[in-house]
Amino acid sequence: MADIRLKKSLGRFHLSAEFNTAAGLTALFGPSGAGKTLLAKMLAGLITPDEGHIEIAGRTLFSSAKNINVPVHKRHIGFVFQEHRLFPHFTVRGNLTYGSGRRAGKAAPASFEKVVDILGLNALLNRKPASLSGGERQRVAIGRALLSNPKILIMDEPLSSLDDARKAEILPLIEDLKSEFNLTTLYISHSIEEITRLADSLLLLDKGEMKAVGPVGDILSRLDLIPYAGGYDAGTLIEARVTAYDPGHHMLILETESGGKLYITGSAKEIGTTVRLRIRARDIALAKTEPKSLSILNRFKGRLVDHCSGAEGMEELLLDVGFPLTARITRKSFEEMKLKKDSPVWALVKAVTISRS
Amino acid sequence: MSISPAELEVILLSLKVALWCVGISLLPALLMAWLLARKEFYGKTALNVLVHLPIVLPPVVVGYFLLVLLGNRGPVGGWLLEHFGISLIFNWKGVVVATAVMAFPFITRAIRQAIEAVDQNLEIAALTLGRSPFMVFLTITLPLILPGILAGMTLGFARALGEFGATITFVANIPGETQTLPLAIYSLLQTPNAETAVWRLVIISVVLAFAAIALSEWLTRRSVHRLGGNL
Repeated sequence: MADIRLKKSLGRFHLSAEFNTAAGLTALFGPSGAGKTLLAKMLAGLITPDEGHIEIAGRTLFSSAKNINVPVHKRHIGFVFQEHRLFPHFTVRGNLTYGSGRRAGKAAPASFEKVVDILGLNALLNRKPASLSGGERQRVAIGRALLSNPKILIMDEPLSSLDDARKAEILPLIEDLKSEFNLTTLYISHSIEEITRLADSLLLLDKGEMKAVGPVGDILSRLDLIPYAGGYDAGTLIEARVTAYDPGHHMLILETESGGKLYITGSAKEIGTTVRLRIRARDIALAKTEPKSLSILNRFKGRLVDHCSGAEGMEELLLDVGFPLTARITRKSFEEMKLKKDSPVWALVKAVTISRS
Repeated sequence: MSISPAELEVILLSLKVALWCVGISLLPALLMAWLLARKEFYGKTALNVLVHLPIVLPPVVVGYFLLVLLGNRGPVGGWLLEHFGISLIFNWKGVVVATAVMAFPFITRAIRQAIEAVDQNLEIAALTLGRSPFMVFLTITLPLILPGILAGMTLGFARALGEFGATITFVANIPGETQTLPLAIYSLLQTPNAETAVWRLVIISVVLAFAAIALSEWLTRRSVHRLGGNL
């Protein structure tokens, strides 16, 4: 879908990126100052790379070798900025339709009604941006970019200017848009929560360097990437199907693709659905033998696949418990348990620490 | 009070000159304001000084420069006369030129400040939505700077109504041809026992100035309201 190879130097900062993205949502993840926004701006044509090549949907947008540099308005890249950037002199409707004259080529354009409906903008259409709340403005900005019939959509930390309540309100809408329009999207964020929830694949960027690119689950379970992929909050992303419900205890029983069983709290109506779960490495306890009479419901038998020392007396572990699972314990415990590669272990996860994405 | 035919002639000439002055200055001022606000180029400082010169120079000096340049034997004036048969000396067109030169820096300044106040991020967002740079200027920039343009037009109009020094030096004080309000007042001041006539013209000047400002305020408020009332 997109084939990208770029180099750019700004003073002492050097950015170098080379990747292909497939359809779906690719998260561009990294700490502040990693060069995420710079990369996005080069894709959109707002900043010219020093050298490289940008090809999107079979069209070369930039090539230093062939001396091609398509101007911004001809790139067909929708851009949702960190700030809403709505036009103050247009109504919400005027903002939404501003770019809709652009032709989408063969693909059917996103319909105005559908976008307005999903983003809940019906009641706002005749209002001016000045009278909207922060969350409403960002919803309009997302709709405006979608309705400009882009080949791909770039969202540059679209939720970073909002408080947690507004973020929680907009995240599910982005999920709905993703499943409705299936538009190739590059989603920039430094929030591991947003990424585990939305992303299909992940591109890790740190200090202008690409650290890794691949499916989001694979990257989050790599020990060597923990400093970049979440750090303190690093954890494993698991997709599992809800197979049963225990009405007496409001518990759901989930099954992973590889047959592992998980318990979390939930309601009956979720039976049959697939949920995304995140288990933080620091929420996992280990035991060498199966523990008895313990409050912890999720007990997985498995083995230690790999380990490395983490920050400040921590040991980062990769377990195989029917699915890959990262765990973090103190080095003191690690040594006292005399763990080494292939040691059999029990991983214990309190059901209440598992967060739903 | 009823207005005499002689007074009416002065008023109509003044209004005609002021409207023409704003009319011919507006587009060049918009272009100049755009250049000064948005572009970096060699000689920008010199151009900026040149544009502002009429504000700081004595108007008589500006008038004298115009006479030298645009007089029938001047380098530019001679060329205009020879190729187009246009003479600016001692007629109302010359007044328009003199007032336009004096008003130009005020109009440019007001528009430039408005352009500088526009959030360029909005224009960038408009480009990513697929509109060409020219369409972005028409649909985003221009509406956003409209209050500044109106302010510049008002300033230019008032400047043209009040211009004295450059006009009298360049095209002299000829009733019915080049005699605008300030020049008429000046002539009457030289005449014995004309105090009532002077007062009448002074009052007319004040009324015109107030009317121009009121109209501009009203237009500005309307355009700000259209911009969502948040400017």
